[in-house]
Amino acid sequence: MSRSPYLSSAPSVSVIMLKVLLALLPGIATYVWVYGGGILISLALATLTALLAEAAVLRLRQRPVLPFLMDGSAIVTAWLLALALPPLAPWWLVVVGTLFAIVVAKQLYGGLGYNPFNPAMIGYAALLISFPVLMTQWPSPLELAKVSLSFTDQWHYIFMRSLPLGVPVDAISSATPLDYLKTQLILQQPISDISNTPIFGWLGGRGSELVALAYLLGGIYLLQQRIISWHIPLAFLATLTLLSGTFHLFAPGLYASPQFHLFSGAAMLCAFFIATDPVSGPTTPLAKLVFAAGIGVLTYVIRVFGAYPDGIAFAVILMNMCVPLLDAYTQPRVFGHEK
Amino acid sequence: MGQYRDIVEHGLWKQNPGTMQLLGLCPTLAVTSTAVNGLSLGLATALVMAASNAAVAPVRRYVPDEIRIPVFILVIAALVTIIDLSMNAFVHPLYVVLGIFIPLIVTNCIVLARVEAFAAKNPITPSALDGLMMGLGLTLVLTLLGAVRELVGKGTVLSGIDLVFGAEAKAWVLQLIPDYPGFLLAILPPGAFIGLGLLIATHNWLEQRRLAKASMQAALPVAQSH
Repeated sequence: MSRSPYLSSAPSVSVIMLKVLLALLPGIATYVWVYGGGILISLALATLTALLAEAAVLRLRQRPVLPFLMDGSAIVTAWLLALALPPLAPWWLVVVGTLFAIVVAKQLYGGLGYNPFNPAMIGYAALLISFPVLMTQWPSPLELAKVSLSFTDQWHYIFMRSLPLGVPVDAISSATPLDYLKTQLILQQPISDISNTPIFGWLGGRGSELVALAYLLGGIYLLQQRIISWHIPLAFLATLTLLSGTFHLFAPGLYASPQFHLFSGAAMLCAFFIATDPVSGPTTPLAKLVFAAGIGVLTYVIRVFGAYPDGIAFAVILMNMCVPLLDAYTQPRVFGHEK
Repeated sequence: MGQYRDIVEHGLWKQNPGTMQLLGLCPTLAVTSTAVNGLSLGLATALVMAASNAAVAPVRRYVPDEIRIPVFILVIAALVTIIDLSMNAFVHPLYVVLGIFIPLIVTNCIVLARVEAFAAKNPITPSALDGLMMGLGLTLVLTLLGAVRELVGKGTVLSGIDLVFGAEAKAWVLQLIPDYPGFLLAILPPGAFIGLGLLIATHNWLEQRRLAKASMQAALPVAQSH
């Protein structure tokens, strides 16, 4: 029984960030189960780089280092970036991406609360346009791989780029479902044939759909804890479903089903963890709906009609640019004031 | 002599066109993918600026105020045409690389800005010096930006020097980082914006330090006299 006055205080930044990290844990656990422990190395590398970079820039900017480090926002950025990268990416790719996200996209704009773009997505986009080959080289889920690497093998591959004797790169990597779908559609294969290949599961890609489901679970936890509001996830997922559903309904041989789009790529991670970033996203409820719907439309357009297999990063960055405008035009009427 | 010193100091540092006036951004951002490109276009621009300032200064009293801009542009365009044709003749490979950006020097606002702001009000010698120094200031920024983008993007310095000095100059290219995977972002347009932003920040930081030092030195004798 608490005592009056019954004022609810907003949770501090560190509590919010801690809960976001907690909500990512089921996703990470599933990730390890599906792809092996390599992702843990990426996560650790990204976290370490983010904290060091943040501390160095804060020192340069003559700001208090420890309070800003303890708020956990750098760790959230690092984790989101590491989870978006291919799990067996070389170590320097993770380090460069995290450095770019923290130093350029976050601290150069003024640090937490001032960055107009989602730092993790800027880091991802910078890597994608700079190193397209490495960024599209995804390992197969363990159950599908011709040769499954042990944790030490993955460690060697991440740091030394060396595989066990006699194992070619092709044996451990494969096209992601989104990538495969795109190249096969160009070859004019019907969807029904394409999705019969073993890399497709019952929702999205085999293995990766489980990770997406785990993200969904974490997202529901965040909603229940009121860390994020329902507007952005719902509007994003609804738009993506509506668009892909319409196209799928009229030409099921040419356009993949809505559940495939929802559970492939980074859609679930985006819906609950990336698009819901409170700093680079809008604040009014209506603006949140428009913002998330815009990300949904852009993601679908880039995935289906664009050159890249997935479009989450670019969609989020493009909609981040619209946030000041959206917020300005959707200010709710203040009580007692005329419209 | 103090006047000339001021002109040099303003052109190269205090009012540097690239980092302080932020004029002539189009070539600054577009051609600085290598140090050689930046240096070449910078020198071409500096030459045009010195010549156009020197050409406008003597006729400044006879040009009616109402039509001065078209007259200045015509003078600049004539000079750029000379540079354009000469580069086509003497350094053809470089001419092909720089392409449209050589004729575009006509529309580069820093050229017209110096003619309008300086040559239209000053005699011929200071005007020519002002054009040259502003041009060299811009060249400095273009070269530096080109070098940084090239180093980060490709791990080399002076690549493309063979376009200026012929095929044997290919050996002068410095591969500073062996087996560099390349960081394409630095070569692409975002790299130019980020690089220029960092250069401006460096300029401001150095200037602030200089001012702080100067004010400390100025304060010192006063403090001792008390």
